[in-house]
Parts: sequence; C-alpha cells; structure tokens
Amino acid sequence: MKKTKLRKSTVNNLITYAIVALFYIVVTVMIQTGNASRHMQSLLVPICVNVVLAVSLNLVIGFLGELSLGHAAFMSVGAYTGGLLSIYLKNAFPQIPVAVRFPISILAGGILAAIFGALVCVVVLRLKGDYLAIVTLAFGEILRSIVINLEFTGGASGLKGVPQNASFTYGIILVFITLFVIQNLAKSKHGRAIQALRDNTIAATSVGVNATRYKLLVFTIAAFFAGMAGVLYSHNYSILTAGTFDYNYSIEILVMVVLGGIGSVRGSVIAGALIAILPEMLRSLQDYRMLIYAIVLIVMMLFTSNEQLKLMVAKYSPVAAVKKAFAAKKVRKEEN
Amino acid sequence: MLKVENINVYYGQIHAIKDVSFEVKPGEIVSLIGANGAGKSTILKTISGLLRSKTGHITFKGEDISKTEAYKLVPKGLAHVPEGRRIFLQMTVKENLEMGAYTKGENMEADIESVYSHFPRLKERQNQIAGTLSGGEQQMLAMGRAMMSHPDLLILDEPSMGLAPILVQGIFDIIKEFHKMGTTILLVEQNAEMALSIADRAYVLESGRIVLTGTGAQLKASDAIKKAYLGGA
Repeated sequence: MKKTKLRKSTVNNLITYAIVALFYIVVTVMIQTGNASRHMQSLLVPICVNVVLAVSLNLVIGFLGELSLGHAAFMSVGAYTGGLLSIYLKNAFPQIPVAVRFPISILAGGILAAIFGALVCVVVLRLKGDYLAIVTLAFGEILRSIVINLEFTGGASGLKGVPQNASFTYGIILVFITLFVIQNLAKSKHGRAIQALRDNTIAATSVGVNATRYKLLVFTIAAFFAGMAGVLYSHNYSILTAGTFDYNYSIEILVMVVLGGIGSVRGSVIAGALIAILPEMLRSLQDYRMLIYAIVLIVMMLFTSNEQLKLMVAKYSPVAAVKKAFAAKKVRKEEN
Repeated sequence: MLKVENINVYYGQIHAIKDVSFEVKPGEIVSLIGANGAGKSTILKTISGLLRSKTGHITFKGEDISKTEAYKLVPKGLAHVPEGRRIFLQMTVKENLEMGAYTKGENMEADIESVYSHFPRLKERQNQIAGTLSGGEQQMLAMGRAMMSHPDLLILDEPSMGLAPILVQGIFDIIKEFHKMGTTILLVEQNAEMALSIADRAYVLESGRIVLTGTGAQLKASDAIKKAYLGGA
C-alpha cells in the first residue's frame, strides 16, 4: 500500500521536472534554429522568476495554510542585495568571472531575504489568517518606503548599473533547485507535519509537532527562494525601482498560486509561466490587467468551491473523460 | 503518574481554576466530571501546556511539566485527545494515524494494524479523506491516532461529545480496552453516568473547585451527584 502511494507522488514530481525540462529543450532548440523572436526571448527570464515566486509562495499558502501578502517584499530584499553585491564585486574584483559572481549574488540575495523571512515570521508567530496577512502586507509596504528613502539603494529613481547577467539557463537551474527542495520537503515527514499544522494546529501539537519551528522553517525557505528570484529579476533589467515590489506584485504572485491550484506545485509552475506571458499577449488590454486578475480569481474560487459547477466541469472535461475510460478499463480487467 | 498540586489558572481577571489538586496513579482510570464551565477543559489545557498556572506544580512520572511546551509532552509518554475531534481533515485516515507516530516513526505498520484491530471501521476507510468520516468515526480516529505514540497516560477530553448513545457505549468500551492494555487514563467528561461507571476514582469539579472525590461507584451512589448530574434522586 505504502509503496504504490510513494510511487504516485514521485511520479507526480517527475512529471513536473519533465515539463520544465521539455520547456527548456524546446525553447533552446527554437533559439538555436532562429525560430524564437527577440520579444519571446525577453519573456524567458520573467517566466522563471514567476515560477520560483509562485512555487515558493505556494509552500506558505498551500502547505502551511497561511496567507502571506508580502512575497514581493522578500523578492525586493533579494533583488537589491544581489544587485548591490554584483555592482560592488564587478567594480572591486573585475577578475571574478560572471559564472562565479552571479551565483554568489543569487545566494547572498536568498540568504538576506531568508533572514527577513525569519524576522517577519517571529513577529507574526502568534497570528493567524487575516491578521497574519495584514502584517505581511504592511511589512511589504514599509520595506518599499524604506528602500525609496535610502541613499545606497538609489532611492526613488532606482538602482542603476546592475549587470545584466540573468539568462534563461540560470533561470531554469533556479527553477529546478526550487522544485527539488520544495517538492522533497512537501513529501517528507516535515512536509506532513506542516500540512498537519494547516489542517489543525491543536491536533498537530497534540501529536508532538513543534508549530513554531515549522512555521519559521516555511517562512524562511519561502523567503529564501523569493529572494533568489529577486536577484534573477534585478539582473534581467538594467534598472531596479522599489515601486515594482508593491502589494500589487504580491497579489500577482498570489493570483499565480490560486490560478494554479493552492497546494499544487505543478499548477504553480504552469500558472507562473502563464501570468508572465499573458500581459504580453494581451498588450491591448493592459489597462484591464488587474481587473482580469480579479475576475480570474473569483471564477477560480467559484469553480473550486461550487459542487454543482465542479460536477458540470467534470462531466464535460476531456481529462475527466480519459480518466473515466481508464478506470472503467481497469475495473473490467479486475472483473476478468 | 500524574500529579497536579494547587494550580490556579486565570483568564485575564477571571479566576477559572481555584487551588485544584488531584492525582492519577499508574494503571488507573480517573474521571474528572463537571458541568459546562466548571473548568474541566481549562485544567487539561494547563496540563498540556497551552495555559499556565500561577501557582503550584504539575508533575508527570516524577518530572515537573508545569512549564513544558505542549509538543514536548508526547515523547514523554503523555498523549492528549483534544476536545471536539480534532483530526487532520484533509489527510487520509491512514495518514492521520501515521501523524500519531510523528515523534516515534518506527514500527508504524504494526501499530497501525493494532489500531485497526480496535477500530475495524478505520481499516475499511483507511484511504478515505478524514474530513468525510462521520462524527463517531472521527472520534475513533482521534483516539487511534493518540494510541500510535504508545502513551503511558492517555488524556481524553469529552470523547462522548456530540455522539449518539450507541456510539458513546462503543467509545467507552474502547477506553476500557486501552486500559486493559496497560494505559493509564484521565477522562474528562460531562456524561457523568458513563464516566463514573468506568472510573476507578473520580473528581467532581464545580466553578473551578474540586467539591467531591471518591471511587466511581461511591460517587455514582452519592445523592449530591444524583441530583446534580444524573437526574433525580
């Protein structure tokens, strides 16, 4: 019994890796053969950034069950740390190659964001639900105001001169690392404990789960990856402004998680990529972007909470039909 | 095994538990009964570390646990089945039981089988999501989960709450089975009749004070108890 279940989750994880790998191969081939437009290539790093953000926020929302609205803030900590470090290293040690300097910046951005994540978590340790969401939201706004008013971050006019080291390959490597860590964490004994906390904190404590430790762990890991995504982001554009990382961005990451399905890592990967591509495809509707997000969120909530709608979707969905056919076949086999 | 000495617990200004002392000896079933608001759950929360007493001590197997955090009690051999069937609703029945062995993590399969032998219903539904179980099944699952950690002392908080009489009888039969296996039991109940019928000793709680104590049979025969809890003299 246990073996088949383990295998199922492993297969699930492998499918996610395969999707990412396939995407990488297809895009690389397209670039090599000259079939990828410049415009399309410019979207590749943002796609990776979004995927890492969505998957890491899903750890907080889907597995721990807490609503964090400050994910963009952790990203900005990483973006500025990595950006400033790269500028410094580039000027002070020009002999260091990019292949060494950039990973150092990514790691440094992740670590500082993780420290912020842990600090925020200590503050919200006793809070749950709406209250926690509001504190994380406030944290993001406070951080943004601070960054705008600091000298060394470039203030309101933004940080200029971050070397544009980000590439699709770095992005995909980061996506793989994120998936590897978060999928394995979710599958492990610790992942089970985190989900137990989500389902019922008192019951989890009564079986011996240390709620404080796991809450800290989740916030730290989620912030770590958000920070690394931030470094990737800052090395993709030549200018970094604090205004980018406002609550709208946090909400956008939330939209990715909800759209992909709360608790579904693969869903976050797909939705993250989709949200990166959509605004470009719907350029003519740019003014209505936030409106469309809101409608998408409401529709998703209706579809996932309304039993009648779910049944209707199941009835007409091709995926369900295929699954049903397989199940019927299996039953027939067992009968024989 | 468990010794509670002179605890006083406050909710802000409200003095909820007044100088309560009681003891659970190894191998006993001890019941704590009382009406709504008498302080039963408050005492349990204090034992399990969710609330703190301003005075006195709580010792478990000779060790002071007055300041021990709740999650550290399970490895010490104290399992708590919280009030209101708190199970992991989105996990399967089997995953719930596996969580019960969270602090141990070995010989899980054998323990799960042993739980299934007490609750055949759970075996039938082992791959079902726990949230879809009936109230009685959820209570069974919560109790089975607690037994996964092989506790020396099992604390049950109102196991009969919200269950049909026939299910209550089943739950109490299981409590007796656990007791026979050598588990010491502290039972907190509103259902005084049932609680007294299986208890070696019992304490009666009223407005945060222990007002009566004796063997289960003595208390069941006492006029005061009959009037207050069992309906009619």
